[in-house]
Amino acid sequence: MPDTTPDTTPDTTLGAKKGRTVLRLTNATLRFGGLTALNDVSFEINEGEIFGLIGPNGAGKTTCFNAMTGVYALTSGTIEFEGNDLAGRKRHKITKLGMARTFQNIRLFKSMTALENVMVGADVHSKVSFFEALFRLPRHRTTEAEALERARELLNLVGIEGRHDELAANLSYGDQRRLEIARAMATKPTLLCLDEPAAGFNPAEKQRLMDLIRKLRDRGVTVLLIEHDMRLVMGVTDRIVVLEFGRKIAEGTPAEIRDNPAVIAAYLGVEEEDAS
Amino acid sequence: MAKDSSETKVKKDRRGFGEKYAAAPTPVKVVAVTLLLVLVYALPLLRPPILTTNSIDFGTVMFRVIAFALVALGLNIVIGYAGLLDLGYVGFYAIGAYTTAVLTVYHYSWPFFLALPAAIVVTMISGVLLGAPTLRVRGDYLAIVTLGFGEIIRITVQNVEWVGASAGIKDIPHPTGIGAKPNPPFDQGGLFQVPRLQWDGFVPIVDLEHKTSFLAFGSRDAVPYYWLILTFLLLILIGDRMIKASRVGRAWEATREDEDAAELMGVPTFKYKLMAFALGAAIGGMSGSFYASSQAGYINPQSFPLLLSMLFVATVVVGGSGNRWGAIAGGALVAYLPERFRDFADYRLLAFGLALTVLAVWRPEGLFPPRRTRRAKAAEAEIDALEEGTENEEVTHA
Amino acid sequence: MKERPLDFGALFGSFDNFMSYTAGGLVFGAIYALIALGYTMVYGVLQLINFAHSEVFMYGTFAVAWTFVFLHGTGRVNQSLGEALPVLLAALVAAMIVSAAIALLLERLAYRPLIKKGAPKLIALISAIGASFALAEAMGLRDRFASWVGLDDNLKNYVVPGKARDVYSNPVSIQPKGLFDIGGYSVTDVDLVVLFAALAMMVALDQFVRRTRFGRAIRATAQDPESAALMGVNSTRVVQLTFLIGGLMAGAAATLYMMKIGSTRQNAGFILGVKAFTAAVMGGIGNLRGALLGGLVLGVMENWGSAVFGSEWKDVVAFVLLVLILLVRPSGLLGESLGKARA
Repeated sequence: MPDTTPDTTPDTTLGAKKGRTVLRLTNATLRFGGLTALNDVSFEINEGEIFGLIGPNGAGKTTCFNAMTGVYALTSGTIEFEGNDLAGRKRHKITKLGMARTFQNIRLFKSMTALENVMVGADVHSKVSFFEALFRLPRHRTTEAEALERARELLNLVGIEGRHDELAANLSYGDQRRLEIARAMATKPTLLCLDEPAAGFNPAEKQRLMDLIRKLRDRGVTVLLIEHDMRLVMGVTDRIVVLEFGRKIAEGTPAEIRDNPAVIAAYLGVEEEDAS
Repeated sequence: MAKDSSETKVKKDRRGFGEKYAAAPTPVKVVAVTLLLVLVYALPLLRPPILTTNSIDFGTVMFRVIAFALVALGLNIVIGYAGLLDLGYVGFYAIGAYTTAVLTVYHYSWPFFLALPAAIVVTMISGVLLGAPTLRVRGDYLAIVTLGFGEIIRITVQNVEWVGASAGIKDIPHPTGIGAKPNPPFDQGGLFQVPRLQWDGFVPIVDLEHKTSFLAFGSRDAVPYYWLILTFLLLILIGDRMIKASRVGRAWEATREDEDAAELMGVPTFKYKLMAFALGAAIGGMSGSFYASSQAGYINPQSFPLLLSMLFVATVVVGGSGNRWGAIAGGALVAYLPERFRDFADYRLLAFGLALTVLAVWRPEGLFPPRRTRRAKAAEAEIDALEEGTENEEVTHA
Repeated sequence: MKERPLDFGALFGSFDNFMSYTAGGLVFGAIYALIALGYTMVYGVLQLINFAHSEVFMYGTFAVAWTFVFLHGTGRVNQSLGEALPVLLAALVAAMIVSAAIALLLERLAYRPLIKKGAPKLIALISAIGASFALAEAMGLRDRFASWVGLDDNLKNYVVPGKARDVYSNPVSIQPKGLFDIGGYSVTDVDLVVLFAALAMMVALDQFVRRTRFGRAIRATAQDPESAALMGVNSTRVVQLTFLIGGLMAGAAATLYMMKIGSTRQNAGFILGVKAFTAAVMGGIGNLRGALLGGLVLGVMENWGSAVFGSEWKDVVAFVLLVLILLVRPSGLLGESLGKARA
């Protein structure tokens, strides 16, 4: 397991404002038996951008996500996160490195309160040991107080004021989705991966979500967004990669993607299937 | 579950005991807690009517009650907090008891208070050794693996001469007391003597003939053992509270709720599961150690049937898995009821089995389910207090 | 025989010994396999450890003994397999009925209310443990119940007043007859009947699950209960059917067990149940053929183990084996899933 590969070939030439590469997929391929879920996919996500990953159903978006966060191991190719090869890393270690995610089908800790959910995320960087917690030593107190403050601030940021002590299971659907974002943000990620965060949202909620995503970016977080809703993706992202059948078919700014014939074909083809 | 609309009303109407207590001013709290503690410590001496067992010494029963409560508290960490079904908990109980017996009499002659920590460490290590390979397998397999573990321990002590085989180990020394030795029987020893009450119907009479020697552990009186184990129970209880309201407790709960999501939120779930398992084992071992050196001072393989494991699990579940007070209450009930109603002794296992099924079907959340919202609020209040403390510190720093 | 050195000679010293331990293990393994079916079917459909299945088996063993008492009286006799056969068949029917009835009762009282509520698995397991206790104790207290209704005198051969918790023997002890030798081990007619009956029942069940409409419903529910329900599969029926099959197989296992061992007891189910579950897990829980393989492997391995370590360590060998298999192959020897079972 190559632990430290510091040669993070700086791509500063690409964008004037954009910083270094946060995430780089190189020829990522993932096969399940006979099915190729990801086929030779390469792209980079740069610091400070909002990056969209789109594609018709079953194009391999969530698979790509799962490979990034360590749920699946790649068949071949590499995923580098901030210069670290992620192959063989434990899932919780990847989170600790600074990659956090939300889930397409909400997976909160249902019998814990909203606040506790977020605090679980905040605990990632806690150095408090068992004995420090047992005897309530100073580090426990300060860390706990910081985590609490951070958790409250995040809950307010995503728009769950006044419901901090509600059980996650009792929150409304929209609040649950927003709570997932707050929980992921609590891990202090450099890269925040949102898996269809707008699923089931009405237009007003979508608008607020777009504002929130921009706010998160302004706090210095790089955002990777998987989304079905084209308006949302086009409206908020800086750059987009399109997947179809596990292959990358296009990459560019929202304007470029909108006019890309391959993308149009892919989506039209799917639209027809959906209609039938 | 309360919905948004009824939220405010529910809070007013359903203030639990804990909330009322939390709202009380500090002096009231101190007085209330002190009174309660005195009452609990004095219970075997007060011998209240109705509660007191007739056919068997009440002090002995109370010792067993607390021993069960201690076990329940330990197993609650494993089952209630971390969500790991351990059906072989009796194995740890036995390891604790046998370690104590071997160290104090059978091969060595350590004093009890040295053997106790040794027993705790040994059971904790055995917990890690069993947990490290098995906690990676799926949850419900763990139940069977631990069940097997309990049997392996029992069969091992049954067949290995080094730990007494089927004859068991006798003459396990009592903890070292204070004052003169309680043997010969005429010298009671202890720092001072406490009389107990006797009841004529509902009229209390001070019984000056049967006195309990304070901190003298002999074979005549179970009350000093009760005090000792009760003290340890209270210590564990405080520790349990501290750990539960910390990152460790949160990690356990998150792991129990959704292991994959917890892992992806940065919780090293395996580490925390192992920690819960080892802690639970250690507390079970502690309880076993007390059991070995209690009044009778005798253990044998029949003291640790698999049935006991089932009883232990029942204590946790009956009380309401995940609620420490519920677990203690469950432990107390499971240990107390059969002793109180000895006349029906033949039917007690039948009644126990039926009760377990009826309870599971009728009230799956247990008799005293954890009131998670309430608890979370208490934790937040506590953290708020801490926060104020740190802010002050910063101010003084500046 | 408390502490003895490892005795590999006992097992590997001669081919005869080796064969006799192996053959003995296979016969017992076949019984494990039949009980294991009850665990594996229920787990496959409900993902639930049917802890009380051991009691289903135990009641079956009593049904066998009672049938013999009813038809023969309590006088002890030795009979050959052929002589006992008619009564044995009656006992088989009785055991299957009793075991199936207990299994259905369990499903109705201890599981269904919880499944309906969607209660956590842990609670269902607790309910099962409670039911297991209650059933075993009820058998141990059957003399008291009989005396409550004043029937203890009439039923004294069945309830054995004052000794209900003791070993209860089949009055007819079936004398096995050696048919041929394999390496010094005399294979008896009883051994062959046990093995072949178990195999035949496994094959029949396997075909049932693979080929019939009911089997298809079971497989569908095991794979995806929600979709199955949407497609019109009555899930309650499927669960009942699963318990019924488990009960019938346990009844058959009970008959074979009584043929081979000849006596039972109110707590006889427990350790056998745990072993059978071990067998199910070893073969890959939810997998019918896995249950057979797991049962046979477990039976043989623990017999070998008891030869080497001493018979008092037999159960330890079984459990250690379980842990090892879970570590190396957590999904069992043949892999899991009733749903995917031989599609």
